[in-house]
Amino acid sequence: MQRLKIEDLQKIKEEYKATSSLRTGGYRARVTVHMGTCGIAAGARNIMSALLDEISKSGVTDIAVTTSGCAGLCSREPMATVEIINSAPVKYSDLTEDKIRKIFKEHLLGGNIVEEYALVIGSETTY
Amino acid sequence: MEKYRANLMLCAGTGCVACNSLKIREVLVEEIKRRGLHEEIKVVLTGCNGFCAQGPVISVYPEGIFYQKITVDDVPYLVEEHLLKGRPVERLMYREPEKKVAVPVMKDIPFFSLQVLRVLRNKGLIDPERIEEYIARDGYFAAAKALTQMTPEEIIKMVKDSGLRGRGGAGFPTGLKWEFCSKVRSDVKYILCNGDEGDPGAFMDRSVMEADPHSVLEGMIIGAKAIDATQGYIYVRAEYPLAVKRLSIAIEQAREYGLLGKDILRTGFNFDIEIYQGAGAFVCGEETALMRSIEGKRGMPRPRPPFPVHKGLWEKPSVLNNVETFANIPPIILNGAEWYRSLGTEKSTGTKVFALTGAINNIGLIEVPMGVPIRTIIYDIGGGITKGRKFKAVQIGGPSGGCIPESLIDTSVDYESITATGAIMGSGGMVVMDDLNCMVNVAKFFLEFTTDESCGKCPPCRIGTKVMLDKLVDITEGRGNEGDIELLQELSQDVIDTSLCGLGQTAPNPVLTTIKYFRDEYESHIKEKWCKAGVCGSLVTFYIDEAACKGCGLCLKACPQSAITGEKKQPHRIDQELCIKCRSCYEVCPTKFNAVKIGPADMLVKSEK
Ligand SMILES: Cc1cc2nc3c(=O)[nH]c(=O)nc-3n(C[C@H](O)[C@H](O)[C@H](O)COP(=O)(O)O)c2cc1C
Ligand code: SF4
Ligand code: SF4
Ligand code: SF4
Ligand code: FES
Ligand code: FES
Repeated sequence: MQRLKIEDLQKIKEEYKATSSLRTGGYRARVTVHMGTCGIAAGARNIMSALLDEISKSGVTDIAVTTSGCAGLCSREPMATVEIINSAPVKYSDLTEDKIRKIFKEHLLGGNIVEEYALVIGSETTY
Repeated sequence: MEKYRANLMLCAGTGCVACNSLKIREVLVEEIKRRGLHEEIKVVLTGCNGFCAQGPVISVYPEGIFYQKITVDDVPYLVEEHLLKGRPVERLMYREPEKKVAVPVMKDIPFFSLQVLRVLRNKGLIDPERIEEYIARDGYFAAAKALTQMTPEEIIKMVKDSGLRGRGGAGFPTGLKWEFCSKVRSDVKYILCNGDEGDPGAFMDRSVMEADPHSVLEGMIIGAKAIDATQGYIYVRAEYPLAVKRLSIAIEQAREYGLLGKDILRTGFNFDIEIYQGAGAFVCGEETALMRSIEGKRGMPRPRPPFPVHKGLWEKPSVLNNVETFANIPPIILNGAEWYRSLGTEKSTGTKVFALTGAINNIGLIEVPMGVPIRTIIYDIGGGITKGRKFKAVQIGGPSGGCIPESLIDTSVDYESITATGAIMGSGGMVVMDDLNCMVNVAKFFLEFTTDESCGKCPPCRIGTKVMLDKLVDITEGRGNEGDIELLQELSQDVIDTSLCGLGQTAPNPVLTTIKYFRDEYESHIKEKWCKAGVCGSLVTFYIDEAACKGCGLCLKACPQSAITGEKKQPHRIDQELCIKCRSCYEVCPTKFNAVKIGPADMLVKSEK
């Protein structure tokens, strides 16, 4: 470790922002990957991994990822719900790794809903 | 930096560690790995979350789901259900005492939602052993501001304007103390932190030292700049090994980062901190005794003046503040005096941390704005009295404090209002008592403590408290006489007036307040030889009201002496020869029957005549 200057405090704070916003709710968007039994069977874990991979590559610190149970639509798994805080949640279905990567870039980063993959817009929030 | 989707904040405060939280961590980490989740989910050990009686506790972010009373066996299920499948486990959630419904999210649990966290701002949210996590929550930004942008006068003015008063008990204005010391000329000055926390039942300071040690260091750095001290000491009792460990780690990390030592943050300011472990005598928390103890002498108070701000540690000007006092400083510097005053009352600003214990549903550590009514603390945050019993009194301020009765439950917690009742704010212990407590016995308990802890230097304290204690023992054992109450009051006044230090000057408070509010209990002990709460064994007879007894047999099962006999559905009886007055039968008899009664010691003798 090195002796800090005042500017270094700010750098450390930025670096740890992802961690602290996860705990204090200071995030801008939340993605919920549905992890019911059939979701997992359909490959929800790979969706999750791809999503986390995109997030860490892009370096964004204000997106939280969570899991939830069965969404009641086993035939359309894997599914994920994207919520930009303060706007209606969007549920995506029949996901693949490529699709979630695209959703990440266009919806989560770009703010545009990927309508071709969207199942419903404005569904219930997870909690 | 790695991206985690979830953070599991597992409490590793003293309470939870005692309930196995380190083993739980081990199993948790293993299980997460086994499920292939270790790159997504991070387990963090935190300091005390505050809800110790429910420990071990975990909160899971980002959802903020709160789990309590976790066991090692719960871990695999928890990982599979919540972390893998996203189904929070209801069975491990908090339930409201009356309604019994599960409350998943921490901020919805009244125990947490009614608190305002300033001192405890980082509790449960950071790993206390990583300085970066403290910095990420604005840690050391206040020190940086104080060192680069503020003069000592400006720091002192801000602390004075904030209205902050010392949290160690007496409530002396912190800014004023700093100002006195800053005006004394000396080549060497010291700033000291009092982490002795001698009050039985109190653990506020321990929790701060364990959960957020850097906040104490940062407060001390700012204080050092204000009075121009170059060396600091934290006095911690040796019974707090975890606090000592976390503080040591924090000091080491701060030194490596150049936040302690020479040329702090390259501002040219030099200041370092050492830990001094005390042997754990109550009197060593007193400021002059504490300083002698650090000097390596026997911790005994000395008369003041000279005050420590003039002649303190090694005869040098010194400021001593409490742990909680220091933890309040960084947010004041960052947010300003007005912000600080926005909570609390005119003369008692900010928040206060209390350790809530006794006959209350939600036992734990709480932080509330000064000025909230005691009722809010007991019923809303504390969840009411255990087993639906009746609230009788709350003991505030530890052995130097007093008992506030039910009739004063709307008293606001601030220095003036609490002192007006005869109790003191003290360091923030709150022991809640229900109708099963005998107030004479409570007074006896605290006096036993002070008598034991008196350093013996001055006769009024050494002998006076002993005489008072003997009187209380007599009263609780049936040897009380007419005039004893007045005698206790006189003795109290003498001890208060003539003792040298705060220990003797406050020791009679529990006796005086219980006499003031519960005089009838003293009288019934003395005149009727009757302890109505059934605590003082020599002054009670337990008997069963045969008309009320439904013969449910609960008392018979509970009696350790097999003193109770009776057939099912028939009235039961107590054999007085066998009864050892343990009160178990009284406590188990269902309140709707209320068949076990407490009578005076001599009731049987009288009835036989
Ligand atoms: C017998 C006795 C015990 C004390 N114990 C403590 C203690 O454990 N912790 C504490 O902070 N102050 C304790 N005090 C108060 C200290 O002497 C001192 O007033 C306080 O630490 C100053 O800090 P503050 O101005 O921040 O409150 C005790 C006082 C007396 C008389
Ligand atoms: S009042 Fe009691 S504790 Fe204090 S100096 Fe005197 S004898 Fe010691
Ligand atoms: S007080 Fe204790 S010993 Fe006596 S009868 Fe009741 S349970 Fe038995
Ligand atoms: S518990 Fe009460 S009601 Fe039941 S047998 Fe004992 S005295 Fe009677
Ligand atoms: S288990 Fe996936 S929709 Fe029912
Ligand atoms: S020690 Fe875990 S909640 Fe207090």
